[in-house]
Amino acid sequence: MAGGLADFKGTGMAFYDGLFEALGLEDWCGGDASSAPLSMADLLAQNSGEEATGPIFPFPSLDNLNESCAAVSQTRDLTKGIEDSFLAAKPALQTVLDPVTQPLSWLLDGALWTFNAIPWWIMIPLLVVVSWYASRSKGVTIFVAVSILLMAFVDHYDVAMQTLSIIFVCTSISVLIGVPVGIAMSKSDRLQRAIVPVLDLLQTLPTFVYLIPLIFLFSVTESKLYGIAIILYAIVPVIRLTDLGIRLVDQDVVEAANAFGMTSRQKLTGVELPLALPNIMAGVNQTIMMSLAMVVIASLVSAPGLGVNVLRGIRNLELGVGIVAGIGIVLLAVILDRVSKAALSRADMTNMKH
Amino acid sequence: MTQDPKVRLRGLYKIFGNDPAEALKFVKQGVGKEQLLVDHQHVLGLQDINVDMQEGEITVVMGLSGSGKSTLIRHLNRLIEPTDGEILLDGEDVMKLSEDGLRQLRRKKMSMVFQKFALLPHRTVLQNAAMAMKVRGVPEADQTREAKKWLDRVGLTGYENHYPAQLSGGMQQRVGIARALTANTDIMLMDEAFSALDPLIRTDMQDLLLELQTELHKTIIFITHDLDEALKLADHLVILKDGRVVQQGEPQEILLEPNDPYIEDFVSDINRARVLKVRSVMEPLNGGKAPKDAAGEVDQNESLEKIIARSGGDTTHTYTVTKDGEPVGTLEMKSLVRALVPRVASEAGARKS
Repeated sequence: MAGGLADFKGTGMAFYDGLFEALGLEDWCGGDASSAPLSMADLLAQNSGEEATGPIFPFPSLDNLNESCAAVSQTRDLTKGIEDSFLAAKPALQTVLDPVTQPLSWLLDGALWTFNAIPWWIMIPLLVVVSWYASRSKGVTIFVAVSILLMAFVDHYDVAMQTLSIIFVCTSISVLIGVPVGIAMSKSDRLQRAIVPVLDLLQTLPTFVYLIPLIFLFSVTESKLYGIAIILYAIVPVIRLTDLGIRLVDQDVVEAANAFGMTSRQKLTGVELPLALPNIMAGVNQTIMMSLAMVVIASLVSAPGLGVNVLRGIRNLELGVGIVAGIGIVLLAVILDRVSKAALSRADMTNMKH
Repeated sequence: MTQDPKVRLRGLYKIFGNDPAEALKFVKQGVGKEQLLVDHQHVLGLQDINVDMQEGEITVVMGLSGSGKSTLIRHLNRLIEPTDGEILLDGEDVMKLSEDGLRQLRRKKMSMVFQKFALLPHRTVLQNAAMAMKVRGVPEADQTREAKKWLDRVGLTGYENHYPAQLSGGMQQRVGIARALTANTDIMLMDEAFSALDPLIRTDMQDLLLELQTELHKTIIFITHDLDEALKLADHLVILKDGRVVQQGEPQEILLEPNDPYIEDFVSDINRARVLKVRSVMEPLNGGKAPKDAAGEVDQNESLEKIIARSGGDTTHTYTVTKDGEPVGTLEMKSLVRALVPRVASEAGARKS
């Protein structure tokens, strides 16, 4: 592939020479184009003395034009430019972002420490009790107990707790930021139009891609690095569904609230948020699931937990280690999903008692 | 009536579209609803509405869907802003109120009952009924006492702790009415309040409203598309068509003297014997004496249906009409029977013969 479009230079005369001559731009272009090889294919062609054969009519891309005219920059200049400008902005970004995000590091480290410091014989019953209060379902509670005991039995208790603590912190922060942003979006069409593309971007950008600028900005040893990556990825559904939920609130009821002279605050807390709760809870459920997905990938940038074992399985080709950790992640996912879904359906129930 | 109207609408216009102010100029120059839509892409909602609503009366605004009646009622508490015109409440212009003033008006002077009930699904019946007082910040004990009183009054004792979804449509609307009554406002706006209910329950609710009204004497503005309902409830009837008032006045008058083919169409279908009252068809005494051969006395506010039942179908009788026991007129059964035939039908009959 690398050869395809750039091969033409091997022929000695570039395809677009004629074009620049015809336009009378030779002076602007300056002397000869650099003869440095652009790709491995060029290098090989040069060394073997053969002339690489290119396409008859190459696409006028930056690299191909550069063949004929040195004043046209190459594509690698573009990528390098992005990198340079990012590096130039880095000190400024850092002075702002570092202190702002520092509490996240403390929270993550604190949660990791706390989850590991609490002895298992308190932690496991505590989790079972919490899932009972959230779900009020015997089946779900028993499943939670069995799954955690199973993970502990195969010595994955500590890593599972690390993963859980990271999810706990990141989901909480996502909800704390996401719900108000969603409310603001539902109140203003303009804000919604501005934020939706950002959310689309966050959701579709390959997860590895936003790890890269974060690595530049923060030290890999800091836990806020993966914290930010997880929050950026997981916050999207809770914002979207809060916005949607409030916009879907029965307009007749909102009109009644207006007709009886409710203030915006009374309307928000007394009508809109309670009626949007099922949707918001669905968003929270999705946020939890997405932070679990991201916490595994974040192990690439030193996030502790089950993901580390998966990574080890890949790096060292330790099939068993990877699979056991993978199953642990699945169990954790099912636990979090079932508990939050059961809580969600309870939120629905209080709305529609029949 | 010498007393000033409670609510007075003066030259009210509502135009929906991108530039209502511009479109208003065309409307005032006489551009019609359809032409406005085709040529200027604006929808004419209301056009030169002038209505006086008297204190303690039920003013019914009737029209088919799209006639602008729901738009009209929402202007009174400014859920919809008019394009032009005045809305006077006790002589004070509602349009000049600040945001806070408007909120106080909605809290203290007007309450509203909705077609689709619009109850809070996550609150109990009691909490729903107490909503208006809660919004005002009344102490909770007072809220509960008042809400219970009105729930009891509309026949919902024992349902205080149910949720709206557990109740039938009719019961939900009773909660809606209790909510409006608990607000304790002079004015009640009822937007097709009974339209979503089935006919028997609708009749019950109309009776309930009339019963409450004899006690409370609120100023009620009632929107409906059902002429029977309008005639049953109205002290003052306003008929809307395409955003214009076609005719307004006492319902009996409109029934006997429709001034528009549209209204004639409307009134030709209803049971006139039930709606028309004796006073509308009687011959006034004008100082004369009651006839000696009268078959009996009837009250001026009785419906013709009752008189027919009483006379056993005999059209030769003449009755003395009384008001508060005093004779005020005579009623010949023949003129009663004539009044039962709608004008359109009688004209059609005349053409055939």
